[in-house]
Amino acid sequence: MTQTPDARTERTDRRAGELTPRELLRWAWRQLTSMRTALILLLLLALAAVPGSVIPQENLDSLETSRWREAHPTLAPIYDRLGLFDVYGSVWFAAVYILLMVSLIGCILPRTWVYLRAIRAEPPRAPRNLERLPDHASYDTDLGGEAVLTRARAVLRERGYRVRAAADGDDAVSAERGYLREVGNLLFHLSVVVVLVGFAMGGLFGYKGGMIVVVGTPVANTPNSYDDLVPGTLFQAEDMDPFVFTVDDFDVEWIEDGPGIGTSRGFASHLTYRERDGEEKEYRLRVNHPLKVGSTELFLIGHGYAPVITVRDGEGNIAYSGPTIFLPQGPDLLSFGVVKAPDARPEQIGLDGLFFPTFVMTPDGDLTNVPGRPRNPLLSMSVYRGDLDMDAADSTSQSVYVLDTSKATKVEGEDGKDLRLDLSPGETAELPDGLGSVTFERVVDWNRIQISQTPGKRIALAGVVLALVGLLGSLFIRPRRVWVRAVAGGGGTLVTVAALDRTGGGDVTTVIEELVEALAEEEKT
Amino acid sequence: MSDADWSALSNTAIAVAGGLYFLALVAHLVEWSALAGRRQHETATTEAAEGGGVAVATGPADDLGSGSDREERVARFARIGLAVTVLALVAHLVALVARGLAADPNRVPWGNMYEFTMAGTFVVAAGYVGLYRRFRLAWMAPLVVGLVVTLLMVAVIWLYNPVGPLSDSLNSPWLVIHVVSAVLATGAFTLGGILSATYLVKMRRPVGPIMSRVPELAALDRTAYRIHAFAFPVWTFAVLITGPIWAHQAWSSYWNWDPKEVWAFITWVVYAAYLHARSTAGWKGRNAALLALVGMATLWFNFIGINYFSTTSQHSYADAAAVVERP
Ligand code: HEM
Repeated sequence: MTQTPDARTERTDRRAGELTPRELLRWAWRQLTSMRTALILLLLLALAAVPGSVIPQENLDSLETSRWREAHPTLAPIYDRLGLFDVYGSVWFAAVYILLMVSLIGCILPRTWVYLRAIRAEPPRAPRNLERLPDHASYDTDLGGEAVLTRARAVLRERGYRVRAAADGDDAVSAERGYLREVGNLLFHLSVVVVLVGFAMGGLFGYKGGMIVVVGTPVANTPNSYDDLVPGTLFQAEDMDPFVFTVDDFDVEWIEDGPGIGTSRGFASHLTYRERDGEEKEYRLRVNHPLKVGSTELFLIGHGYAPVITVRDGEGNIAYSGPTIFLPQGPDLLSFGVVKAPDARPEQIGLDGLFFPTFVMTPDGDLTNVPGRPRNPLLSMSVYRGDLDMDAADSTSQSVYVLDTSKATKVEGEDGKDLRLDLSPGETAELPDGLGSVTFERVVDWNRIQISQTPGKRIALAGVVLALVGLLGSLFIRPRRVWVRAVAGGGGTLVTVAALDRTGGGDVTTVIEELVEALAEEEKT
Repeated sequence: MSDADWSALSNTAIAVAGGLYFLALVAHLVEWSALAGRRQHETATTEAAEGGGVAVATGPADDLGSGSDREERVARFARIGLAVTVLALVAHLVALVARGLAADPNRVPWGNMYEFTMAGTFVVAAGYVGLYRRFRLAWMAPLVVGLVVTLLMVAVIWLYNPVGPLSDSLNSPWLVIHVVSAVLATGAFTLGGILSATYLVKMRRPVGPIMSRVPELAALDRTAYRIHAFAFPVWTFAVLITGPIWAHQAWSSYWNWDPKEVWAFITWVVYAAYLHARSTAGWKGRNAALLALVGMATLWFNFIGINYFSTTSQHSYADAAAVVERP
């Protein structure tokens, strides 16, 4: 059956020159739905997926992508035009899988009709010469032909074969099994479409976003609470579930000795949340244990430190105050952060530098950090004065994590070197020239919370599970035909058993051996 | 026993296993060289018989002795090779179990690249021993044992990592079920790949002393297919069912197009193409076998190569630095 599409295309191939438009269309359709095209489209799909794994992807890692863009100024615009920074959302990638789906449906639906007819058909008559089949065996017996055939029918039925109804004058039994293989194959291919539908629903109507939440600060689930938000094409902000939540407390289980010292065994957030009119509820949010609110899910995926910093300006007013998110530079959580105080008078003040959870001074006078539980926090920052360029029209550089120092000057200390403020919690440093002062109050934790809505995920899951079931049927149900012929001759009966594996993949010699044995055994009893 | 003892036991056991696999390889090489000698000997005999019209009972004298001696020698070294492989397998198992017991808390022994490689090669070796009779795999012995020795060496030299606790995102029941299926499929695909590679070689050089021992092309193709047909659904289960479920729990989205996922998908698609090729006229046989090898290449590239290629993978087991998510 698998050969038919190919056979057909070959025939139409030769006449391609003299086709009417309609025939041409039909010819194209047959080409598209042939096994060979499916095969090539599958390989194309594999190939098309490759670039996305080597070129940074905008949606996956925008930071890396912008770095790449900067490093390759000539290539970047070309890549942009080709959609190489968003391979899996690009037109050409979609073209491949949509063609594949069309080909699949065009291939599988017609097969369903063929199959429905075949499933009701009787096993075909025995070929005249069973000896011509590659796998067959014969033996002699004293039993009469009719008796042999009756037994053969019983033996075959017992083994799950469908047996052709007996008719007068038959000298052979025809049997067939493995009808469900085709069902499995159809189920598998149709389920692939189901998976794609579920997947597409997630991409169209869902969203994925992340936010950094400082412990103790309430957050509302609205678009502007997010640091990054990747909405589906048809997602609307109104679809966001209304709720507020607060990370009340956060703990890390540090490994204090043995292998893995300085890393964490795990971390958890104690969260309270409230849906619009609901009552307050609590949840212990951990990695691998998301919280579900309505159709939204919250995931804890990372953490870090937010030193609470207060900047007073030259006039004694508070120009900046609050927990400041520092971004980890590595697994030891040595973190980098910036402070911007544009309202400071007489001059704007900016700070950037490192936060050491556990700081030690090396013998050479360098600062280093010891991984693990924070034991000796230290803030070490450089100071800038002047224009922080916060009003610039192009605000791309105005990420809260980046200080624009192009128009500012670095503040110098009394020794004429660049000033570095090294502060422990509770300490305050006065800035020179009456610029003001900086206080490091204390440290709080922040959590990175990923929030998403993924409609269609159940559909996709059901799809793959069905696909797997279908696949198992398609791969392991061995459709085969068996014939047993009994011919009188030489004073007894010559019995010939032959079998044919319809997939061409199986080895039927053992099947024949077993059948012959079973038939012979029946005779003894 | 303390954790450190278990860890030391694991390291010793893996060294022992490696040594035994190597001995098994030597035994099989002796077996095969004797075999090559036998064939030459037979060829010489027939040629002499045909050429001279005189029946020559013994071949040219050589230090391997007479034909039946040689037969015996081949069989003896084949048996020794298999027996030593089984011993190696036991040591290999001890190494895996001890590795799991060395961790605190105890855990499954596949939390990093070193452990994956150890577990994956175990599946290859165990699969070979388990299917030895059923699929008559005697001829595969040097290939499988050689591959396992090589991979174990790579693991011990380059991938070794002291036993540590699992990173938080790995700490999930899905680790067991997802990784068992992935490693199982990887082992099986690798066995299948060896068969397909042999198929291609035999296609080019169908005769010769060594090749005559290798099964017929049709049988190679069929066995390769059956192993791939086993591995494919297991792989489907690993990367398209349990993987996404776990990814959803750990990272909030069941499919991220993360490089590991992309390559797992590529592998899946290539093997789907292989299965199609086997039932498409013009693609059967040679092209299908080639596709199986492409599939195996993508599989191993994903397993090892992608960790060095890509910085964005969230699959952090290869690299402790990735434990902290970049915001
Ligand atoms: C996403 C795309 C597809 C995937 C992943 C896929 C996968 C598979 C797999 C794994 C099998 C193996 C089952 C077996 O060996 O019995 C198979 C068989 C088959 N596929 Fe596909 N397929 C796809 C698309 C198509 C398309 C577009 C066609 C139509 C031309 C098609 C036609 C067939 C046929 C006829 C078989 C049965 C082969 C046989 O009886 O041995 N498939 N497919």
